[in-house]
Amino acid sequence: MSYIKKPKISHPGLPRNAIGLTLRDYEGSMSTLCAGCGHDSVSAAIIQAYFDLSIEPHRVAKISGIGCSSKTPTYFLGGAHGFNSVHGRMPSIATGANAANREMQYIGVSGDGDSLSIGLGQFGHAIRRNINMMYVIENNGVYGLTKGQFSASADVGSTAKKGEANPYQPIDPVSMAISLGCSFVARGFSGDKEHLVPLLKAAITHPGFALLDVISPCVTFNDHEGSTKSYEFMRENERATVYADFIPNHEEITASSEPGGLETITMHDGSRIRLRRVAQDYDPGNRAQAFSHVEECSRAGEIATGLLYLDTGVAEMHELAGTTEDSLSSLDYSRLNPGNEALAKLQQRWR
Amino acid sequence: MSDQVNDFVVKIANVNGTGSASANGMLMKSIFRMGIPVVGKNFFPSNIQGLPTWYEIRISKQGYLSRSGNVDMMIAMNAQTYIDDVAEISPGGYLLYDSTWPRKDLETARDDINIIGIPLSGMCNEAFEAARAKVLMKNVAYVGALVALLDIDMEVVTNLLKETFATKQHLMDANMQAIKMGYDYATENFECPLPIRLEHMDETSGHVLIDGNTAAGLGAVYAGATVASWYPITPSTSLIDGFTTYCKALRKDPETGKNLYCIVQAEDELAAIGMVLGASWNGARAFTATSGPGISLMSEFLGLAYFAEIPAVLFDVQRVGPSTGMPTRTQQGDILASAYASHGDTRHVLLFPADPKECFEMAATAFDLAERLQTPVIVLSDLDIGMNDWMIPELKWDEDYVPDRGKVYTEDQLKEMDVFHRYVDVDGDAIPYRTLPGVHPTGAYFVRGSGHNRFGGYTEKSDEYKDVLDRLRRKSDTAGQIAPAPLIDGSGDTDWAIISIGSCDGAIVEARDRLREAGIELDYMRIRAFPFNQDVADFIDRYERVFVIEQNRDAQLRQLLISDLELDSKQLSPMLSYDGMPVSCSFIVDNIQEEISRNKAA
Ligand SMILES: Cc1ncc(C[n+]2csc(CCOP(=O)(O)OP(=O)(O)O)c2C)c(N)n1
Ligand code: SF4
Ligand SMILES: [Mg+2]
Repeated sequence: MSYIKKPKISHPGLPRNAIGLTLRDYEGSMSTLCAGCGHDSVSAAIIQAYFDLSIEPHRVAKISGIGCSSKTPTYFLGGAHGFNSVHGRMPSIATGANAANREMQYIGVSGDGDSLSIGLGQFGHAIRRNINMMYVIENNGVYGLTKGQFSASADVGSTAKKGEANPYQPIDPVSMAISLGCSFVARGFSGDKEHLVPLLKAAITHPGFALLDVISPCVTFNDHEGSTKSYEFMRENERATVYADFIPNHEEITASSEPGGLETITMHDGSRIRLRRVAQDYDPGNRAQAFSHVEECSRAGEIATGLLYLDTGVAEMHELAGTTEDSLSSLDYSRLNPGNEALAKLQQRWR
Repeated sequence: MSDQVNDFVVKIANVNGTGSASANGMLMKSIFRMGIPVVGKNFFPSNIQGLPTWYEIRISKQGYLSRSGNVDMMIAMNAQTYIDDVAEISPGGYLLYDSTWPRKDLETARDDINIIGIPLSGMCNEAFEAARAKVLMKNVAYVGALVALLDIDMEVVTNLLKETFATKQHLMDANMQAIKMGYDYATENFECPLPIRLEHMDETSGHVLIDGNTAAGLGAVYAGATVASWYPITPSTSLIDGFTTYCKALRKDPETGKNLYCIVQAEDELAAIGMVLGASWNGARAFTATSGPGISLMSEFLGLAYFAEIPAVLFDVQRVGPSTGMPTRTQQGDILASAYASHGDTRHVLLFPADPKECFEMAATAFDLAERLQTPVIVLSDLDIGMNDWMIPELKWDEDYVPDRGKVYTEDQLKEMDVFHRYVDVDGDAIPYRTLPGVHPTGAYFVRGSGHNRFGGYTEKSDEYKDVLDRLRRKSDTAGQIAPAPLIDGSGDTDWAIISIGSCDGAIVEARDRLREAGIELDYMRIRAFPFNQDVADFIDRYERVFVIEQNRDAQLRQLLISDLELDSKQLSPMLSYDGMPVSCSFIVDNIQEEISRNKAA
C-alpha cells in the first residue's frame, strides 16, 4: 500500500546536498507499481534531480491526474504537498495552484491517457498560458491502470499484447507542444537515467511551462515485441538529438568542460543548461526545425529524444497578467480590503 | 379614472442591438432620482442583434420589487411584436408607438386602452445625419415624450445627461435635442401629464440601483478573493466582469501597481473549477461563476472537493434548463443538481440570496463557510437577481470583518508538531485541520479523491473509508448549524404558511400584503441555506399547511425538504412558477386564493 512509509535510515556517510539533505530526504513512500514499471525509474530520476538542485521538498507541489503514472507523486518527495486530482485535469489544478502562489515549484505528473485523451484540452491550454511548471508525461502507449487499452500515443501498427494492431494516428505530445508554442519541449526515456536527470533539472529550472515526455514502458501491458513503447524498441530506435547538461549557478564552467560544439544557456537564476548536440546542425532554438526533426524521426520509425526546443524568453502566466511578485495566498487581508470609504464612493454611480 | 401616482408599470418593447438599454436605464434612473422606488426587469433574447427585447420598469411608491403582473403603459418600438404587446396592456392603460407609419389596426385593436402615436422615426430621421444616430435617438426621443406624459422632472433628466456625457459635448447636445423633440411633440399633441404620473418622493435616498452580479463580484473583492477562474456563460458573465472591474479599480498594489489578484478565463468549466480548487488548496480565496450547464460540467470536481475537503466558492446564476434551455430567462432549477452534485454520497452547502444586497453580503459568508467547513459552497443566485437592476439600501462594509480562514495550522504550530494527520476530528465538530503547501515540511500530505483514512493515507479498507464518510456527514450537520438561518416573518399562529427561497421574496412580500388586505394571513419563512437549520423543521411543524413557492417544475426545494427533514410529503404543498419569467405577485395571490376556495368547497 502506498501509505507505507519507507524506514528512513540516514547513514552518516550519505552524501548531502547544498542544503544538507540526503537523497533519502527526497524519497516518498513505497511504490505499489509493477516490478520493472518504467514509471518507477522516472520517480528515481525525479528524486535525483531535486536532490541535485538542493530544492527544499516542501517548497515543491506535486500534482497529478489519474493512472499508474499519476500515482507516482506519492513515491517521491514525501516532504512535499501532493494533489492526486481527477482524470485528465491535473493542468487546471496546477494552474490554480500556481495562480495562488507563484513562489513555489510545481511538478505535474501525468500519463499518455491522462494528457492526450481525456485531458488533451487542459494540456494544450496550460501550454498556451505558459504556466511556470514542469509537466512530465510518463508515456507508455497504453492505459496501464485500466489494463492495457491503447492510448492516443500508440503508434500506427503498434500491437497490443494479444496481437491486434492500433490503426489510428498517434498524438505526439512533443510535436503538439512545439506547434502550440511551448517554451521548453524535451523527451527522455525512463531507461536512460543518465540523460533523463539533466533534462529534469533543466525543466525544473525553466521559467515557464516545461514539457518532458518520458517514454516509460509498461512492463505488464506494453513491453512485448510489436510494441513501439517497449524497452527493447526504445533501445534500438531512440535518436538522441541534443543532450542537456545542467550546471547549477554556483558551479564554474571550466575551460576543460567546454569542448567545441557546446552551447550554454543561462537561466534566470544564473544556472546554465549546456546543450550537447549530437547532430551538429540542429538548433533547439529553431521551432520549425525542431518540428520537422521530430517529424522526420517519427517517419523513420525513430524516437527523437533530448532537449528538442527551448525558448527562455516567453513570458509566463503571471508576467502576462501583471500579478504581484509575492504569492497571492500570503497577502494579508488588509491589503485586499478596499474599505468602506471606497465602497461608499463607488456607489455614487448607482444613484 | 382617478390619477395613479407613483404606482404603475411602464414596459418598453425594443429590438435588441438598437441601443435601447441606455435610454431605458436613463428613464429608470431619472425616476429613481425623483425619490420614487423603481425596479427594472430586462427580458432579452439570447441573441446579439435583431430580436425582440423588453424592459419593464415598475414604479412602486410602496417599494415593491417584484412584477405586479400589470402593464399600464407599453412603449411599442418593435413592429414584430406589436400584436402581443398591445394585448398585454392592462385595461385602461396606454399604448405609445412610433406613428411615423400609422397603424390603424393597432389603434383599433382594443377599445379599452388609450393610443399615443408619436412619429419618433420621422422626427429623428429629419433631425440627425448619421444612420446610427437616427436609430439611437429614437429611444431618447420616447424618453423625452415620457418626461412630458409622466411628468418626469426635466432638471433631473438634464443633470443625468450632463453626468453621462460630461466629456462628450456633441453627444450631450444630440441627446438633449432628442429629449426636447419628444417632449415638445407630447405637450403639443396630448394632454400632459397623463393620469398615470409621477410626483417627487423621498423614498430612495440611502439606496442604490444595482444588479446582483455586480454586487456579488464586488462582494468577492471585499471578501478578499484573489483568484477567479471562469468560462463565459449567460447569465453569470457579468459577475466576473464586476469582479474584474473592481479589482482593477481597487486591488492594485499601491507601490508597484501590480495586481493583487489573478483572473483566469479558463478553457471550459471543468478547468475553471479545477483552477479554483488548485488555488484554494494552495491557500487563496478562489471562486468561479457559472450557470446550469457549467454546474453539470463541474460535478466531478465538486465530488473531489467534497471528499478531499477543499474549500471552493461557486456562484451559480441560474437560468432556464434543462440543457441549453433558455439562456436569458430565469429559473431556480439547479437546486437538486447543486445540492448533490457529483456521483457517490455528496452534500454541498448552498446559499440562497434574495437580492443584490444579499449577493454582496453572501459572498463573504460563502468564503467564510467554505474555509470553515473545508468544502464547496454554491451560491444559488438567478438571472432575475443577477442581471436586473434592483433598488437596495446602500451597501456597507463592516470594517471589523476578519475573514474566517478556518482551521489551518500555521508554520509555528507545525514546528511544534511531530506529525500531522489531515482528517482527524480533533475538536469533535467533524472539521479537521488542514495545512497549506509550502509552509512547513511537517504539514505535507497527499490530497486524493480516492479512498483515504483519517490520517490522509490511501485506503481500501471498509472501516477506514466509512470512518471518513461518516464524519463528512456529521460535518454537514455542523454546516446546517453555522450557515445563515432562515428569516421568519409572522405571528406564529396562522394555519397556513409559506416557505420560499431567493428571488421569490419580492413577490411573496407583496402577495402577503395583498392577501392581508383580503383578510388572509400567512406566515413566511425564507430559507437562506442548505443543509437546513433546525429552525426550518420547527417552522414547518407549526402549520397545518405550508406552501413551498419556487421557480422550477419539479418542486426541487420541496423535494429537498421532504427528503432531508424526513417529512410527510402532505405537509408541503408545491406552488411552482417555471415559465422563465420572474414569479409575479399576482401568481401567488391567485393561487393562494384558489386554494382557499377549494379548501372551503371541500
Ligand atoms: C472520468 C474517468 N474516466 C475513466 C477513468 C478510468 N481510468 C483510470 S486511469 C485511466 C487511464 C490511465 O492511462 P494513463 O494516463 O496513460 O496512465 P498509465 O496508467 O498508463 O500510467 C482511466 C481510463 C477515471 N478514473 N476517470
Ligand atoms: S500496469 Fe503498466 S503502467 Fe501500470 S504499474 Fe504496471 S507496468 Fe506500470
Ligand atoms: Mg499510459
